Amino acid sequence: MGDYYRQPVVFLFDNPNLGINLANVFLVTVAMAIVFFVLFFMSRTIKMYPTGAQNVLEFFIQFIKNVISSTMDWKQGKHFVILGCTIILYVFVSNMMGIPFEMAAKTDEGLKYVWWKSPTSEPILTLSLAAMVIIMTHVYGLKLKGPKEYGKDYFRPVFFLFPFKIIEDFSNTLTLGMRLYGNVYAKEVLMVMLVGLGTSGVLWGIFAFAPLVVWQVFGTFIGGLQAFIFCMLTMVYMSHKVNEEH
Amino acid sequence: MDALFGTHLTWLDAVYQILGFLVLMWLLKRFALGPIMEMMEKREQHVADQISSAEKNRKDAEKYLAEQREAIQQARIEAKEIVENTKKMSEQQAEEIIKNAKIEADRRIDAAIAQINQEKEQAISALREQVSTLSVLVASKVIERELNEQEQEKLIQETLREVGEEL
Repeated sequence: MGDYYRQPVVFLFDNPNLGINLANVFLVTVAMAIVFFVLFFMSRTIKMYPTGAQNVLEFFIQFIKNVISSTMDWKQGKHFVILGCTIILYVFVSNMMGIPFEMAAKTDEGLKYVWWKSPTSEPILTLSLAAMVIIMTHVYGLKLKGPKEYGKDYFRPVFFLFPFKIIEDFSNTLTLGMRLYGNVYAKEVLMVMLVGLGTSGVLWGIFAFAPLVVWQVFGTFIGGLQAFIFCMLTMVYMSHKVNEEH
Repeated sequence: MDALFGTHLTWLDAVYQILGFLVLMWLLKRFALGPIMEMMEKREQHVADQISSAEKNRKDAEKYLAEQREAIQQARIEAKEIVENTKKMSEQQAEEIIKNAKIEADRRIDAAIAQINQEKEQAISALREQVSTLSVLVASKVIERELNEQEQEKLIQETLREVGEEL
């Protein structure tokens, strides 16, 4: 387990507070590039009468629209289609990246740096994504309802719920991020262990192959489900902030 | 903390990811999802337009049909009127023709009768002359004996009367 945590960290200006994990940067960039290029090339020919890739994308957008509609009015919901699409695609691609293989490199000091895995198995990344979502809910709450209504929301339905509303923001961030991290990290750990077991001997290889395949299938399922849940919860939290409940 | 976040809390990763995410959102909006959503909206609008225009066309067609129906009804009534008028006129004409024919016929009959009577008169008078000369001739030839003037005259008159009555 200790090896698994070795990370290629560099410090900007030799400042210990400005550490950057190059593996994380690389993985985030790759995930975003995959999302962007897949969608970019799928949307090159946009026609009034859709064919092929355009159909798929339109079906996907409609799916996100349904997710949004199930949590809030379309009047507010129409602002969040792009956000929902980007979140679900980014999280899904991130979850999938660790399924087919993992890569690690040995350094001169004999440390193993993990260069390829699911970026969502890094708590810093899932938590920061969750924090970004929660901050976005506040921004849109202020933008769509105005500061007065937004402020009043902290004292609804009764005033003494105010501290709980504050706690809720932090707990939401934590649960949103940790749920994703926990699922994907567990998937990765078990997969690394299965692969380690399978490569330890011929007999183990035969025994471990079937569970590994099953676990990869399950990992795919978990990855898709967690991406959907992340997107769904984003919309739920968003609806708490922007919906006019009277 | 070390167990969860590794050896260092590399919070710049988080900043990088959030910035990257916002850029990704913008890129997708600009190059992929935005145009498609625009097209979806356009299509929705197009479909709505088509439906409303179809509705309008249907209403127009219905109105047109009603107009046509009324026009046909009107035409039928007019045709009926024309036929009736024609029938009436033809009947009138026929009556006129028959009346004219009758008058003509009467006139012709009258003329013929008049002519016949005239001819008859002429014939009678001609005959009378002929008969008188003939009878004188016949009488003088047949009765070659001498008769007195009175008896002769009497005989002639008798004969003539008889002939006249016969005519």
